Amino acid sequence: MQQDTTTASRTMELVCPAGTPAALKAAAEAGAHSIYCGFRNETNARNFPGLNFSEKELNAGVKTARRYDADVLVAVNTFGRAGDLDLWKKAVDAVSASGAHAIIAADLAVLDYAAENHPNLRLHLSVQAAAATPEAVNFYADTFGVRRVVLPRVMSVEEIVKLNKEIDVETEVFVFGGLCVMTEGRCALSSYATGKSPNLTGVCSPPGDVDYNDNGSTLSARLGGFTIDCFSQGETAGYPTLCKGRFNAQGETSYLFEDPVSLNAASLLPKLQKAGVTAVKIEGRQRGKAYISQVVKAFRTAVDGLSEGRTSEAEVSAMLASMTEGGRETTGAYKKIWR
Amino acid sequence: MTNIELALGPVFFNWPNEKLLDFYARIADESDIERVYVGEVVCGKRMPFSDKVYPQIIERLQAAGKTVVVSTLALPVTVRDRKSIDALSDWDGLVEVNDFSGVAARKGQRFVAGPFMNIYNEGAAQTLARMGMEGVCPPVELPLSSVEVIAKALPEIEMELFAFGRLPLAVSARCYHARAHKLHKDNCQFICDQDPDGMDVTTLDDQNFLAVNGIQTLSNTVHATTLTQSEIEKKHIKRLRLSPHSVDMVSVAKTFRALATGRIDSAECEAQLTSLPLPGQLANGYTKGKPGHLWVAD
Repeated sequence: MQQDTTTASRTMELVCPAGTPAALKAAAEAGAHSIYCGFRNETNARNFPGLNFSEKELNAGVKTARRYDADVLVAVNTFGRAGDLDLWKKAVDAVSASGAHAIIAADLAVLDYAAENHPNLRLHLSVQAAAATPEAVNFYADTFGVRRVVLPRVMSVEEIVKLNKEIDVETEVFVFGGLCVMTEGRCALSSYATGKSPNLTGVCSPPGDVDYNDNGSTLSARLGGFTIDCFSQGETAGYPTLCKGRFNAQGETSYLFEDPVSLNAASLLPKLQKAGVTAVKIEGRQRGKAYISQVVKAFRTAVDGLSEGRTSEAEVSAMLASMTEGGRETTGAYKKIWR
Repeated sequence: MTNIELALGPVFFNWPNEKLLDFYARIADESDIERVYVGEVVCGKRMPFSDKVYPQIIERLQAAGKTVVVSTLALPVTVRDRKSIDALSDWDGLVEVNDFSGVAARKGQRFVAGPFMNIYNEGAAQTLARMGMEGVCPPVELPLSSVEVIAKALPEIEMELFAFGRLPLAVSARCYHARAHKLHKDNCQFICDQDPDGMDVTTLDDQNFLAVNGIQTLSNTVHATTLTQSEIEKKHIKRLRLSPHSVDMVSVAKTFRALATGRIDSAECEAQLTSLPLPGQLANGYTKGKPGHLWVAD
């Protein structure tokens, strides 16, 4: 155990996902400092069937979280449909009425509405806004009073250090779960293949546009009719997430954009804390409560250990071992070599 | 009724300086395009090269009577990237911002918003209009029905439609050109210069799918909005944007001028474009709220 006086004393906030009230309770029980969720409609970027909260469930969820001394953050983080902004405005009103700690938003229309009509509601800038420079972050802070920015997964730790020196708002970074390879909120690949995308409808590579075609020797996983990957007999067929597929370019076949890996930056937590990051976030609102519980426990052990000046890396790594898909992980853009 | 204008978007690709100079010289001399966007928008690493010729290009275009707009990077990361945007803060000409750093840099001076800005609705457009935005070219995936709502809600804002070219679909911290050549971004050898219209990406069963241009991913298809003059006017669209490719852009501009002045119909526009050596098949799905790769007949 090594005492590090520069980083001890401040505990990084652990922000955990909840796609259902049961997952919210599981996250709170497992030690989440805050829990993020969204409404069951197009206003949030995880608009999957069978997921998310009604207004009533959110109100109850805020009370549940409070019993565990945890905060609820609500994502209203898609871009409002032109001519139909009432759905997004109502979502902002409902977040305010629920007593949730903060709203996470990306669309200027949503940020503007929240700042104008609910000045006491704490604003967090969603990763979907992809604010990666001090100028962009300060713009959102100065214009709307944004208090925290969730950083796009395009930045290296070194860049986060520099950014934090030039801004006055808190930063939150993803450390575990799904990994967007493209800059979040700036990607229309899914709608190019299917007509539906994170920004337009709150989904990416949606299940309704997926089909598997078995020709006897190989199984093709397709999205919107485009083959995203092929698997031989006996191989486990993966889900055809567009940017994790295999394609041909330059006469070679490869995972051109990214291998089918998930993000695990647990080993970088000490560096992120030193970089001045306020909160670390786990992706996965589509996950069940058993998964949530295990991942949250592991990361709570890690951030508690850090605040006490000791490393729990081996312990945390063992706790997470069975949680990464197929065991393949990356630290993503946090290490510059990824680029 | 005011005339529908034509605009030439910024060059997305890593073209050598001689090609840039020749390209814009022809645009200046042989096209009647009213507005030309110039500047590197995809990769800051290319700027030290092309920055040397853009002042000359701007002068040439302005001398030919074109309105020149300087476009900013879509994904500024390095200090050098950020300085390139800040340097435009006191430029009194028009600036197209492609990232919120650019809005901040303008400090209330007028600007136009490019297709990399997330303006999906009239609320977002209104917010930016208060900050000096006087025109917008919305994200390419935005259906025409939404474009029309924004245009009608803010008649003072000039609405520009991405009307021709491979669709800019995504940007990333990672350079896929470098990755495909087993290089890293920091030591990329500027390999993206090998593909003047982007590197073709096909599926495992050889279907054309995407195109890679450094950190940018484009469609393999060439998007073409072939609305008739009256349809364009009815939707309050002021200007059509043509995105540069190696194909003869003077011819492309002639075709769209004929369309916008009612001299040819959509089918003739489609036929004229198809006769050119385009880098991919025509598509227009996004316009109609469908998958962007589709061609949807009227």
